[in-house]
Amino acid sequence: MQKYTLWGSVKKRVCLFVLLVGCLCVLVPNAMAESYSVPGAQNEQDLPWASDGEANVPYVFHDPAHEGRITGFEYDLMGAISALLHRHGRFVQNGWDGLIPGLSRGLYAMVIDGIEITPEHAEAVLFSRPYYVTSNRILVMKGHETLNTLAALHHHSVGTIKNTAAEHLLLQHGIEGIRSYEEETDLFTDLRNGRVDAVLIDEPIAQYYRSDDMELVGDPIGRITYGIAFPKDNPALRDAVNTALENIIHDGTLHRILARWNLWTPQMAVYTGDYVTLKSKPTAWDEYRSTMARMSGSGASALWHRYLAFVPLIAEGAVMTLAVSALAMVLAVAIGLILALGRHYGSAPLRWIFGAYVEIVRGTPLLIQVLFIFYGLPVFGIRLSPFIAGVMALGLNYAAYEAENYRAGLLSVPRGQMEAAIALNMTHFQALRLVIVPQAFRTVVPVMTNDFIALIKDSSLVSVITLTELSQTYIRLSSTYYDYVGTGLMVGSAYLLIGLPFVRLARMAEKRLGRAIGQGHH
Amino acid sequence: MLQATDIAKSFGDHEVLRGISLDVERGELISLIGPSGCGKSTFLRCLNFLEHPDAGRVCIEGVTLESNKHWHRKDEAQAHRLRAHVGMVFQSFNLFPHRNVLDNVMMAPLQVKKMEYEKARAIASELLEKVGLATVKNRYPDRLSGGQKQRAAIARALAMKPSVMLYDEPTSALDPELSEEVLSVMRALDEEGMTQIVVTHDMRFARAASDRVLYLEEGQIVESGDPDVMFVHPREARTRRFLRTLL
Repeated sequence: MQKYTLWGSVKKRVCLFVLLVGCLCVLVPNAMAESYSVPGAQNEQDLPWASDGEANVPYVFHDPAHEGRITGFEYDLMGAISALLHRHGRFVQNGWDGLIPGLSRGLYAMVIDGIEITPEHAEAVLFSRPYYVTSNRILVMKGHETLNTLAALHHHSVGTIKNTAAEHLLLQHGIEGIRSYEEETDLFTDLRNGRVDAVLIDEPIAQYYRSDDMELVGDPIGRITYGIAFPKDNPALRDAVNTALENIIHDGTLHRILARWNLWTPQMAVYTGDYVTLKSKPTAWDEYRSTMARMSGSGASALWHRYLAFVPLIAEGAVMTLAVSALAMVLAVAIGLILALGRHYGSAPLRWIFGAYVEIVRGTPLLIQVLFIFYGLPVFGIRLSPFIAGVMALGLNYAAYEAENYRAGLLSVPRGQMEAAIALNMTHFQALRLVIVPQAFRTVVPVMTNDFIALIKDSSLVSVITLTELSQTYIRLSSTYYDYVGTGLMVGSAYLLIGLPFVRLARMAEKRLGRAIGQGHH
Repeated sequence: MLQATDIAKSFGDHEVLRGISLDVERGELISLIGPSGCGKSTFLRCLNFLEHPDAGRVCIEGVTLESNKHWHRKDEAQAHRLRAHVGMVFQSFNLFPHRNVLDNVMMAPLQVKKMEYEKARAIASELLEKVGLATVKNRYPDRLSGGQKQRAAIARALAMKPSVMLYDEPTSALDPELSEEVLSVMRALDEEGMTQIVVTHDMRFARAASDRVLYLEEGQIVESGDPDVMFVHPREARTRRFLRTLL
């Protein structure tokens, strides 16, 4: 499917590192009561499986008709498999980049996300037998139907997804004008805008993402097989799922699921030996198409309904953003103050250690720190929930910036203030608490306000560790409905609404503290 | 009531104090005079260990603290005991700018002595009345004149009931008429029997108000004695030279 080579972007390469680290972390082999173990299960019946449910039509995605509900042909397939294993399937949302690291970490038992069975992928995970066989297709705007073979694509610009079999195919055929994309929504937008003449992509995506002014042309090209991914050390679970897969192939369940989604293909008939033609209607396909026609329209009523449906989702994302940011701020202030006081008044070794901490944290990207804390620390036996890991990563990162800010604040308080306090027989701690810190705080507040607003925005980075906050909500909604403007305005407003109270609060504090702070020295 | 013995202090290679000794009687007002950089301020700051002397001993009201290069936790505790008897006033006032005048005066009694709020407030109000600041006690320091600031600083130090007051150039930052407000408070304290040690450039005050004047140069006491005698007939040539440049 889209981006089905796992390690495309830089981010993905980071994840490769995390994956390698994760692999070192040996999962404790269970003394099995059952014949297989289920990593991440919360109880006897639980069967957690992960996918990237963001704009992932028709695999696993958020139902545009009933926001908050998950659907997709892979979702239905997991339902059928779970039932055969006498378990309750539980969907775990994780970003594409985090899917395999999360599997290695034991967060869930398996991953299903249109992952192609290739030798490279098989090095990182165990695969089930294929559950779907498909091909690449050429997609063009109406009027360009002559571009219907790979040969015809010469001297044209052809869009595809980065690091996919389709891109590989285009390279093999010496097509000159290849344009590779990270996101399929961008790819289709550029096809519509005429930036590319044709698109080569997995058939299910082509079917579901194409609009009425686009045409599928030519024959299916190549053979693509999707498999469910398991941890390397859990062949027993893989075998159990393979047995279940065989069952639903033979009793026609898989055929009925795929037919519902209008995804049954001749290749599937060859693969399963099931040549029956079902009379049933592709209900899921029809429902999706009609929903999209209704909701992605630009009529006032369609827009109104759509945006109204977004409000609770954006509110949910905003609450997560606010919770993560606020707690991270508290942590950053507390640790930042300790770091600053240690660097200002501490012993030489302490000053050195705190200084090194500040430089290391400020000198490395926050994204790496987030991934390291979530996926890296389990190597040392520290397993944090996504929420705690997110708060910790942001808090520890911003503590370094706060420390420098507070240190500047401490330096801005004249020496005589400490001397006066000591002469009044205060202890150092009393002098800091009553005299120095309150004065330093005032010079620090404006910078702190900026830092906190930056922190609210940086909290979007915790989406890489499965937290669905505002930015993640934006990506999901905008790419589902091709609506970057309206959704963007809504989410942007949510960020502003979160940030404003902090600005107000800071102004108030500044006013109160700033009152009558004057010379007292010269 | 205060004995300082052989106080020595160097900053790097520079020997600021070369073994200064001083014995102060209860109720005395002593002025320390001398050219800039002679060590008089450093000596004053050594008396309450704002500056740690390299060598020497300070004994105030029976609390003795011997100093050497190494400063230990128990020395800090002893310094705390010693400072309980010492109040200090700075050239730059060093009032706490984030608190109003009354809070400045009450802070140490409340926090250090754990005094009850009402009692601390009564004491602070009384002291502010005494230094003539009753009407401005709710102002913040930046709304005070220099003379008012220094009087507030004196009240703040007095609130801890010290037996000796140290003044480090208390009027150097003030215009002459504002200086007078401060000096008159110091004279009033002298009449009440307060022991006071003043580092000053104000020779008129040193001569008129002191019981004893010490002339310091290059980290040593060159001459000390009754101000009327010393200002008119200094024994030492160096003292004479210094006084001649000023008068």
